[in-house]
Amino acid sequence: MFPMRTLEQTTQEVLDLAAKHFQLPAGSLAPGDDFFKKLGIDSLQTLEMLSRLENHFGIELPDYEVQGVSDFKTLAERIQSRL
Amino acid sequence: MLDLSKYQSIGEALRNALDQFSNELCLIEADREREKERLSYREFKERAHPLSKALQDAGFCAGSRASIIMTNQSKWLISAYAIFFAGGVLVPLDYKLTPEEQWQLLKHSNATVLVTEYPIWRQLSVSAGCGAATNVQTVLVTEAPANADLAGAQRWEEFRDAEEPVFIPRKRSDIACIVYSSGTGGRPKGCMMTHENYLEQCVALTAIYPFWPGVRYLSILPTNHAIDFMVGFFGPFTCGATVVHLRTLRPEYVLEAFPKYKITYVSLVPLVLKNLQKGLQTRFDALPSGKQRVFNALVRINKALTKSGPRLGISRRLLKQVHEAFGGELRAIIVGGAFTEPQTLQFFYDLGIPVANGYGLTEAGTAITVNDLKPFRADTVGKPLPGMEVRIVNPAADGVGEVAVRSKTVMAGYLNEPELSAETIVDGWLLTGDLGRFDGSGHLQLTGRKKNMIVTEEGKNIYPEDIETVFENLPVKEFCVFAANYIWPKGSMVGEKLVLGLHLEPGQPFNDQLRQDINARNNRLLNYKRVHGVVLLNEDFPRTASLKIKRHDLAERLARLDSGAAILPL
Repeated sequence: MFPMRTLEQTTQEVLDLAAKHFQLPAGSLAPGDDFFKKLGIDSLQTLEMLSRLENHFGIELPDYEVQGVSDFKTLAERIQSRL
Repeated sequence: MLDLSKYQSIGEALRNALDQFSNELCLIEADREREKERLSYREFKERAHPLSKALQDAGFCAGSRASIIMTNQSKWLISAYAIFFAGGVLVPLDYKLTPEEQWQLLKHSNATVLVTEYPIWRQLSVSAGCGAATNVQTVLVTEAPANADLAGAQRWEEFRDAEEPVFIPRKRSDIACIVYSSGTGGRPKGCMMTHENYLEQCVALTAIYPFWPGVRYLSILPTNHAIDFMVGFFGPFTCGATVVHLRTLRPEYVLEAFPKYKITYVSLVPLVLKNLQKGLQTRFDALPSGKQRVFNALVRINKALTKSGPRLGISRRLLKQVHEAFGGELRAIIVGGAFTEPQTLQFFYDLGIPVANGYGLTEAGTAITVNDLKPFRADTVGKPLPGMEVRIVNPAADGVGEVAVRSKTVMAGYLNEPELSAETIVDGWLLTGDLGRFDGSGHLQLTGRKKNMIVTEEGKNIYPEDIETVFENLPVKEFCVFAANYIWPKGSMVGEKLVLGLHLEPGQPFNDQLRQDINARNNRLLNYKRVHGVVLLNEDFPRTASLKIKRHDLAERLARLDSGAAILPL
């Protein structure tokens, strides 16, 4: 059994994984960043990023959970609620 | 296929289809690698009739309106059929809208019933807009957890009556659906589509892209969208074909679905098609040089052999691996919702996968023109479908003018908007607001828009006035949102952007503080609705006597500026 992550830890892991996924330097993303704007990605690329996050956290995140979400902080909260 | 000329309504045609094709496979629903269910047409009917009866028990009758806000799935189609069977009017809404926008449209449509998914209802029931639509009396939610607080809703799964419902006939001229093409922020544009609109469109489309039992259509575009409603519901059902739903649209699961379910047709928006192209191109580029040379040679041979029209058998043999990745049964990709770049269309055609591109709008009942592939032309949006009269209004010397359409598929008008309807449909001709011309062989070429609007690559229609509310009280003298293409026409319908026109206070600088304020407001909008730059105009905006901005006049003034220099980035 893994120890429970805090929201801060989850957020940091989301940021690290997103940076890695989009080949950005570590630490270049912040929780409040809007990923559409900051990464210049579209909704499809967001779904690709989600698959990577799901594999990492070992959860299933239905598409509706991320509907309308555009910043890492909210995304991390949605993930946290399923851990 | 059913002879649709014999039918008066969607409900009547579907009712006969369910009986005629009772043993055929109707629906497959999958969630990731798990197949959730398979329904024959008989089983579909067994699911829908108890729902229809329960609706009737609750007072739902001819002309009653019911809305569906759901992701693509079996229950969407079961609910829609139950509504039509009971003589109702369907109001399909986009599940991707915000809860506030959904409440606004629910109110505008005057729907008394809402069918939705539990996660969507969870957001709707706590939204600030909740309570605005007092017309919604019955809410049915699907897949709610056992102990969930339903906030006044009822469980879809339990809302049933085993007795046979009474079929309620409708006339061809009656309204079948109210479809919102856009206009959520300001003036909702609810297209009133008649039963005849759908019956006629279905005949025209299936003549070119036929369905039959055994055909499998992968439903990815939202079913509330006119295209999926037609080719992912009404079209295949009236031909006994199978519709495949995926509960997640992650690219990897979508790609897996093609070989797994032997997909025959799929509809995509240009954005997804372009991404598919990129993915395939990356794989081709990664081939060792020897294999790459062989592959390129095969593509060239295929291209030569399919010059006058598709030859699926030959293409499947020549480019076996590509076709097998798509399941080996794919006959065409239907692309819609927005304009597609010709090079993307050509890319797929050269691989032996025809892309059925065309041109249409909700107001015209989905498609107006479709590429008939005789031969394939990537540079046009094809020829008018049977039964469509298309003309160019007031053409300039180069033949370009506004595209107008007259057909039995044109909507009855916009709900509660008689003036807007009268401006849009003149003497039976629907003025599309799009600019184009016909070439020598009768193909339509689109060159831009007459209307101040954009269509994103994801197929979203955005009207600038609908997003202006987010900029209310911006500390400037005046502001106005425009489609850049409307101010500075570029003769193309791809890469369209919105810009924010600003008139600053005397001496006010366009500084970082103002930029941050605009960005913060912009970020409140869904990503595809955001403005991409600012245009400054140092003069009062032209206004009507009632102080409304004269958008066309203002656009003409802005057009005098050089677009390259005038658009300041945010």
